[in-house]
Amino acid sequence: MQRPLLVSVFIVASCGLAYELIAGALASYLLGDSVTQFSTVIGAYLFAMGIGSWLSKYVAAASVSGLLVRFIQIELLVGLLGGLSAGLLFLLFTLHAGPFRFALYGLVLLIGILVGLEIPLIMRILKSEVEFKDLVAKVLSFDYIGALAVSLLFPLLLAPHLGLVRSALLFGLLNALVAAWALWLFRERIGQLAALRTQCVVVIGLLLLGFGFAGQFVSLAEANLYNEDIVHAESSPYQRLVVTRYRDETRLYLNHNLQFSSRDEYRYHEALVHPGLAALPGARRVLVLGGGDGMAVREILKYPQVDSIVLVDLDPRMTELFARSPLLRELNGNALASSKLTIVNADALQWLEASTETFDFVVADFPDPSNYSLGKLYSTAFYRLLKQHVAETGMVAIQATSPMYARQSYWTVVATLEAAGWRTAPYHALVPSFGEWGFILAGKREYRPPAGIPVATRFVTPDALPALFHFPPDMARVAAEPNRLDNQNLVRIFEREWGRVQAH
Amino acid sequence: MDRRDFLVATSSAAALAACGANALPPLPPGVLTGANEVLGHRLRQPDFPAPTETRKVSVAIVGGGIGGLSAAWKLARSGCDDFLLLEMEREAGGNSRSATNEVSAYPLGAHYLPLPPREARATRALLAELGVLQGDPDAAHPTYDEKYLCHAPQERLYTSGYWQDGLWPTLGVPAAERAHYARFQDFIGELRQRRDGAGRRPFALPLALSSREPQLRALDRTTMRDWLLAQGYTAPGLHWLADYACRDDYGTSAAQTSAWAGLHYFACRDGDGQVLTAPEGNAWLARGLARAAAGRVQQNALVFRVEQRKTDTVCDVYLAAESRSIRIISRELIWAAPLFLLPRVFANPPPQWLEALRGAEYAPWIVANLTLKEAPGTRAGQPLAWDNVLHDSAALGYVVATHQALRYAPGPTVITWYRALHEESASRGRRLLLDRAGWANEVLADLSRPHPEIRELVTRIDVHRHAHAMIRPLPGRLWGGHRTPFEQGRAGVQFAHADVSGLSLFEEANYRGVLAAERTLRRLGVSFASSL
Repeated sequence: MQRPLLVSVFIVASCGLAYELIAGALASYLLGDSVTQFSTVIGAYLFAMGIGSWLSKYVAAASVSGLLVRFIQIELLVGLLGGLSAGLLFLLFTLHAGPFRFALYGLVLLIGILVGLEIPLIMRILKSEVEFKDLVAKVLSFDYIGALAVSLLFPLLLAPHLGLVRSALLFGLLNALVAAWALWLFRERIGQLAALRTQCVVVIGLLLLGFGFAGQFVSLAEANLYNEDIVHAESSPYQRLVVTRYRDETRLYLNHNLQFSSRDEYRYHEALVHPGLAALPGARRVLVLGGGDGMAVREILKYPQVDSIVLVDLDPRMTELFARSPLLRELNGNALASSKLTIVNADALQWLEASTETFDFVVADFPDPSNYSLGKLYSTAFYRLLKQHVAETGMVAIQATSPMYARQSYWTVVATLEAAGWRTAPYHALVPSFGEWGFILAGKREYRPPAGIPVATRFVTPDALPALFHFPPDMARVAAEPNRLDNQNLVRIFEREWGRVQAH
Repeated sequence: MDRRDFLVATSSAAALAACGANALPPLPPGVLTGANEVLGHRLRQPDFPAPTETRKVSVAIVGGGIGGLSAAWKLARSGCDDFLLLEMEREAGGNSRSATNEVSAYPLGAHYLPLPPREARATRALLAELGVLQGDPDAAHPTYDEKYLCHAPQERLYTSGYWQDGLWPTLGVPAAERAHYARFQDFIGELRQRRDGAGRRPFALPLALSSREPQLRALDRTTMRDWLLAQGYTAPGLHWLADYACRDDYGTSAAQTSAWAGLHYFACRDGDGQVLTAPEGNAWLARGLARAAAGRVQQNALVFRVEQRKTDTVCDVYLAAESRSIRIISRELIWAAPLFLLPRVFANPPPQWLEALRGAEYAPWIVANLTLKEAPGTRAGQPLAWDNVLHDSAALGYVVATHQALRYAPGPTVITWYRALHEESASRGRRLLLDRAGWANEVLADLSRPHPEIRELVTRIDVHRHAHAMIRPLPGRLWGGHRTPFEQGRAGVQFAHADVSGLSLFEEANYRGVLAAERTLRRLGVSFASSL
């Protein structure tokens, strides 16, 4: 009886430490500030184990077999709670962040108390068989070895490969299997066999079920990250695309970042297209880089003189989605079905390097320069490359992040264009979903604002136009170095500025 | 019963723990390439057919590495077209060759050129000719083409499970050790600024233009490691960086490298560590030089005998592709092959050459190119850089061939892993014998520490072996007189190889090639504008 129970000590100790690590990692992951999360979780957990140990004296049993029954039940309970802990906490967080901390520490205390009960119970079971000094030595050494095993296994193998939810389930199963094993080993010494057997089957079944559904579970939790109904979600090789709908508002999220809201996207896309294109009455060939949602194309198609548009977007899933879905086609006016449009799914940099075409008007609507790969799309090298594809009288309209929240970044893009030999006309517009947003017109010649906007617009009207080019002092130009490929200073500046915004 | 249960329980637990680790996928395909050793080693027992044809040229160049190509380039640019360059391999370029697969071009050897200092005039002239250096080549800090300047982020170091920025180990390094870094950097900064009475830098590139002050040259008599210790530098991070620098540039550890060479690495340039690079490494430079020699390069041509006569020189050349030999008679000879081959090939070499070559050693290199489905991930720290160095590794880390590619989408890539066999000769020899699978496993074991997923990502591992990649700047080899006979050359024979400088650097090979060409032009009576 001694050896199997010592093996259980090893497993039980492993599981105990695992739940503690999982709770700490989950709290750091969801709440940030890992030092605080880990120390409070570990502290609470150890305290709870103390309570458990103290409470163990109240676990009364007339005989060793009674103690064994209690031990098996506690194992099952730890397995169930610990196993489901990560999943439950994750789900709870996505439902409501408020009670999350309460639930986190509640669960940590509960599991801690149960784990705290385990070792004293085992020692009481073994006390009649082993001399006290041996008992303490053996039980505690297995306890600590188990802790070491998990502390190595968790960061190296389990967390990276299984993830938190499945790791917790795995340890839950181990706990439950220890219970089942003990039940089988001591089947001749314990009463209530049938009831205990049922409990084992139920707990193991629940945990296995959790394993099977862990994948769906994560997407279920994702649904709750958004306040709206998800009408479409898919993962392309490049990004996670989620379209949501709430009442009459449709939104697109890429990698959980809002790309547009149907309520005010017209402001963004009118500002992106009309100040430039309205000033080019002779523009016939237009290139759109990025912008697979077709909204910019919709605005461009308002100009009858434009007879060809090339749309270069990396992600075929994006352009297919916006060409196919009735809801989204309604938003972009079925622009992606236009006979004037050619859709190319390619890396804009590589496509431009290979292409020999020139255009009268180019829209560069790329994601913000949040990493070194995207930073290349805002570099002097890219803007020089672009120059080879723009007609002498032509112009480029560039989305260039917010001059309000990322002022240095915005003016760095302006400086980069100028270093690449462009004449720039910076402007901005208020898009409520995003805040104050920045654009830049770049041409080989000086920009002359158009006398009028020849097409129907709701936001960019002739009267509104001059104000777009005026920068109040809080967004006014600041000195900036150009973003070259060999320094990529924009990425660092952008990270710093948006980091500051998100911290508040 | 108890024992049996215990065994069952523990063995199944062990099996569970091991199932992730032991199920390694089989090695991906690839090839082992290298210098044409079969052909080269035939020089040990020369049994070549007698020449069946004789050709005459003004200048014969033996060897088409950077030295030979630079000589050809200078001759051609000076209007001297009557030369023939004899190259043993299928392609000229020496250590600067490259290969290409469906994913990217990638280097087989040298992969970057630090921005050359003003003294490296020939190298700057080449870069200007290739359009990469823009504006005045003699400017203190000329402008370079953004396409070739290494894109950010340039380098990162993997230490204690974390990728830190830059190569100076900083993670967890106490202030006392950082003070050593600062003192060393101040000293290097001062060396870069200092000029002697003749206006020479203490450590110049090319090294021939360095100050001749005896106390500087005395540094050649000690090792880099001993010099650091003698100066009171004990910080492990500084010793690691110095060792890494020596292994990276010279193929020798800091404990083997002449302190003069070690300090030269740090003090000979002005740039803040910026380098020029391309997916194909330095092959674009070799090809830029080779364009000038187009039509006058004989590939697969092993020079097995050179005899200098009164008024000309005879080269007997085995043409491997045709299995026959030819004889080249030239007025002038430029020897641009590694110097260790001289005794085997040159008939009646002067004793001072043999004496000077005694004790010369070459560092072998292994260069492995791994084709990956996608770039490896970063678990903690700085994102993937061009140069990715592992702190606790005998290897030098890896560079990313697609780093300079103008693309932003994620996709397949090729990474190039470098390992200088700096160990002592016995174990070095054994390691050289490793086959491709042996090296592939070593590479994967090295890279799986920062990138546990590397085995799932890799689709090909091609290993390139350089048995005699670099002459080793051991103490005494630079300023102990070993280089003198080759620096001087002799009437009718000039030497154009980095071995003449004692440092296997592009700028040195380029300088030696151009210098040999200019001396040859002078002897031929051709007027030219010096590039030096």
